[in-house]
Amino acid sequence: MKKLLLLGDEAIAQGAIDAGISGVYAYPGTPSTEITEYIQASAEAKQRGVKSMWSSNEKTAMETAIGMSYAGKKSLVCMKHVGLNVAADAFINSAITGANGGLVVLAADDPSMHSSQNEQDSRFYGKFAFVPILEPSNQQEAYDMTRYGFVLSEKYGVPVLLRITTRLAHSRSGVLRTESATENELKLPSDLRQFVLLPSIARKQYNTLLAKQDALEEDAATSGFNEYIDGSDKTLGIISCGIAYNYLIENYEDGKVPFPVLKVGQYPVPKKMLQKLYESVDELLVLEEGYPILEELLRGYLNLGKKIRGRMEGSVPRAGELNPNIVAKALGIGIAEGFDPAEIVKGRPPKLCDGCGHWDSFAALNEALKPYSGGRVLSDIGCYTLSALPPLQAINSCVDMGASITMAIGAAEAGLVPAVAAIGDSTFTHSGITGLLDAVNRKAPITVLINDNATTGMTGGQDSAAYGKVEDICRGVGVEEDHIRIIKPLRRLHEENVQVIKEELEYEGVSVVIARRECVQTLARRMKLKAMEKKKAAAKA
Amino acid sequence: MVYEKNDKNMKKDIILAGVGGQGILTIATIIGTAALSEGLQLKQSEVHGMSQRGGDVQSHLRISSKNIASDLIPEGKADMIISVEPMESLRYVNMLDKESGWLVTSMNPFNNISDYPDLEEVLNEIWKLPHYVTLDADKIAKEQGSVKAANIVVLGAASPYMGIQYESFTDAIKSVFSKKGEDIVKLNLKALRAGRQYAEKRT
Repeated sequence: MKKLLLLGDEAIAQGAIDAGISGVYAYPGTPSTEITEYIQASAEAKQRGVKSMWSSNEKTAMETAIGMSYAGKKSLVCMKHVGLNVAADAFINSAITGANGGLVVLAADDPSMHSSQNEQDSRFYGKFAFVPILEPSNQQEAYDMTRYGFVLSEKYGVPVLLRITTRLAHSRSGVLRTESATENELKLPSDLRQFVLLPSIARKQYNTLLAKQDALEEDAATSGFNEYIDGSDKTLGIISCGIAYNYLIENYEDGKVPFPVLKVGQYPVPKKMLQKLYESVDELLVLEEGYPILEELLRGYLNLGKKIRGRMEGSVPRAGELNPNIVAKALGIGIAEGFDPAEIVKGRPPKLCDGCGHWDSFAALNEALKPYSGGRVLSDIGCYTLSALPPLQAINSCVDMGASITMAIGAAEAGLVPAVAAIGDSTFTHSGITGLLDAVNRKAPITVLINDNATTGMTGGQDSAAYGKVEDICRGVGVEEDHIRIIKPLRRLHEENVQVIKEELEYEGVSVVIARRECVQTLARRMKLKAMEKKKAAAKA
Repeated sequence: MVYEKNDKNMKKDIILAGVGGQGILTIATIIGTAALSEGLQLKQSEVHGMSQRGGDVQSHLRISSKNIASDLIPEGKADMIISVEPMESLRYVNMLDKESGWLVTSMNPFNNISDYPDLEEVLNEIWKLPHYVTLDADKIAKEQGSVKAANIVVLGAASPYMGIQYESFTDAIKSVFSKKGEDIVKLNLKALRAGRQYAEKRT
C-alpha cells in the first residue's frame, strides 16, 4: 500500500475509518477539528454511512458515542482538552458502565496554549477514570494506536483514551495503512442492566473496573507501545512520553541514545518496566509533553529515592510544550546558536478579519455602553474573543464555553446593572441555552448579545447547531418577544444598532440582541464554490 | 549547496513564514509534493486555529533522505527561511544556521499593525545576513499575470538552494493546482520560473 501524507489528526481519522467505526462524534476545537473533518470528507466513510455530523457540544458527543457503544458498534469521540471538561461527567461514568462496542475517546491537548485558555493534561482524566491511555509519538503510531484502541476497548470492555498534543495533531508525515476491519453488527450488551448506574449496580461495575487494572497494566507491557531500549551509559535513565521521544532522539546522531530509555506510549505504565529502569541507572530524567504526571508518580510526595529529574525538579521548564532544544538542555548537550532575535520585529497578534460583522457589533456595543462605567461585558469563546484586544477592547471575560450568560447573571445579582453577555451562535447552543433559562427564571437584568455569523468561525467554519434556530430557542426558553431584537452588524447601520442595544440595556429584565451577519470567510468560500460551479456548468453547455 | 539526486545525506530544514492567508501552506504543499516524488522523507508542522486570524504564521518543513525524528526544527539548525513578508522573515532568524543558512523573502510588507517598523530598516537587517535573496515578489508576480502568485515567485527564488530538482517543483505545481484549471497552473509555472531566474541572476 502507498504511504499517505497525513496530519496526526488525519492519521487518527483514517485509523478510525479502517478500524470499522460506525460513527464519529465531536464538537470542533483546535487542535482536534481536522479528525472529524477528514471523516466527513472521506468517500469510504460516506459510502459506508459512517455518522459524522457535528454534535452540539462535547458532552452530547460523548453520550451519543456511549449510546452507540451500548448498541454494540464502534465509535470515536473527538475533542480538545478543555472539551473533555465538558464531557467529563459522561466520560468518567463510561468507565463504570464499560464499553460494549469499541469506544475510543480522543483528547487533543494544547500545551503552550496556542489556541486555548489552559494547558491541562488529559492523561490525568484517563488515570482519574481508570481507563487505558494511548499516547502516540508520531503519525504512524497515531494511526496504529487508533486501530489498537478499538481492539483494546473491546477486549477489556472499557473506553480507551487516546491523547495527542498540538504538534502531532498539526504535523504531516507518511503513514502506512493496514487492512481494514469491518463494522460491528447491532448487538446489545448481554446484561441489559450494565449501563444502569444505580448505586447497587454501579458499585458492582466499579469493582469490575478496578479488577481489570492488573490486566490493563499487563497489556501495556506486551502491546509493544511501551519499549525498553537499553543503553550502555547507566549514569542516567530516560523516560519519554509520547512525542517527547522525537525530541530526545533528535539530539543524537542516527537517534542512538547512549542511556537506557523507556519509551512510553500506553498507560498504565507497567511497574516492572519502570522498576527495571530505576534499578539499572543512577538517576532518571522524565520527558513529558504536558504536566509532570509520571515524574510526580516516580518521585513520590517525599522524594526519598534516587534523583528524578524533569519539570518538577527544574531540568525541564515547568510550563509550555517541549522542543528539541529544551530536551538538549536537560541532557546537558550544547545547542547550535542561531542569530540573535531581531529587535526590529513587532508582535502581530491575531485579529478579527477585515469586514467581519463582529467589528460592527462590538463597535455598536461599545458606544451604547458609553454612558455607563466600564467592565460590564462578560464574554465567551470564539472569534469575537479577539474583541478584547485594541482597538475594540470591548469585553472583560472569557472563561469557558457558555460562561458569558451565567457570569453576567452573577455580576448583575452583585449589583452590576446593566450587565452584558456577548456570545456566538455556536457557543450559545454549545452551552449557553441553560444559562439563558437561568436568566429568565431569575428575571436577571442582563442583555445577551448573540453574535450570529451562522458558523463555528474560530475553528475554520464548521456547521453551527444554532443555524436558523436562535430566536426560536430564545422564545422557547422564555425570553419575552419584545426583547428579542435582531440587528445587522454593518457600519452604515451603526446608529440604528446603537439605539437598539441602548433600549435593551435600559430594560430591567432579560433581553437578547441577535447581531446577524454571515462570517466573511464562509461567505467568501460559498461564493467561490458558486462561481466554480457556474463555470463548470457553462463549460458543459 | 550542490546536491546530487539520491544523495544519502540530503537534509533540508526549512522555516516558512508569513501572515495568515498569504499562502505559506501552499508553498509547503508544493515543496512536500516535490520532495516525496524524489523519494525523500518529510515532516511538516503547521499552525491552525486562533493564530491564523491575520497573525504571524509559520510552518516547519523538514526533508531528509533519512528518518526524521522531531516535527520541530532545533534552534540554529534551519537551512532556510522562506518568507512571503519581510518583517516575518526576521521573526525566526534565531532558528537559522549561522554559517550556511539562507533567507529568501519577499520585500513587500503586509502592514496590518499600527507599529510596523520602517521598511528600509527591516531590509537593512536582512541584508546583514551572509546568505539572502530579497525580491519584489508582488511586482514579479504581476508581470507574470497576477499578484496572487507572489508566494510561488518566492518559492521559485528559494528553489535553487533546496536540494530538489527543478522539474520536481514544476510537476508538483501541476498536480497541486490541477483542480483550479489550466490557466492557474500556467500562471504558477511562470511565477516559479520568474522567481528562479531572479535568484539565479543575483547569485
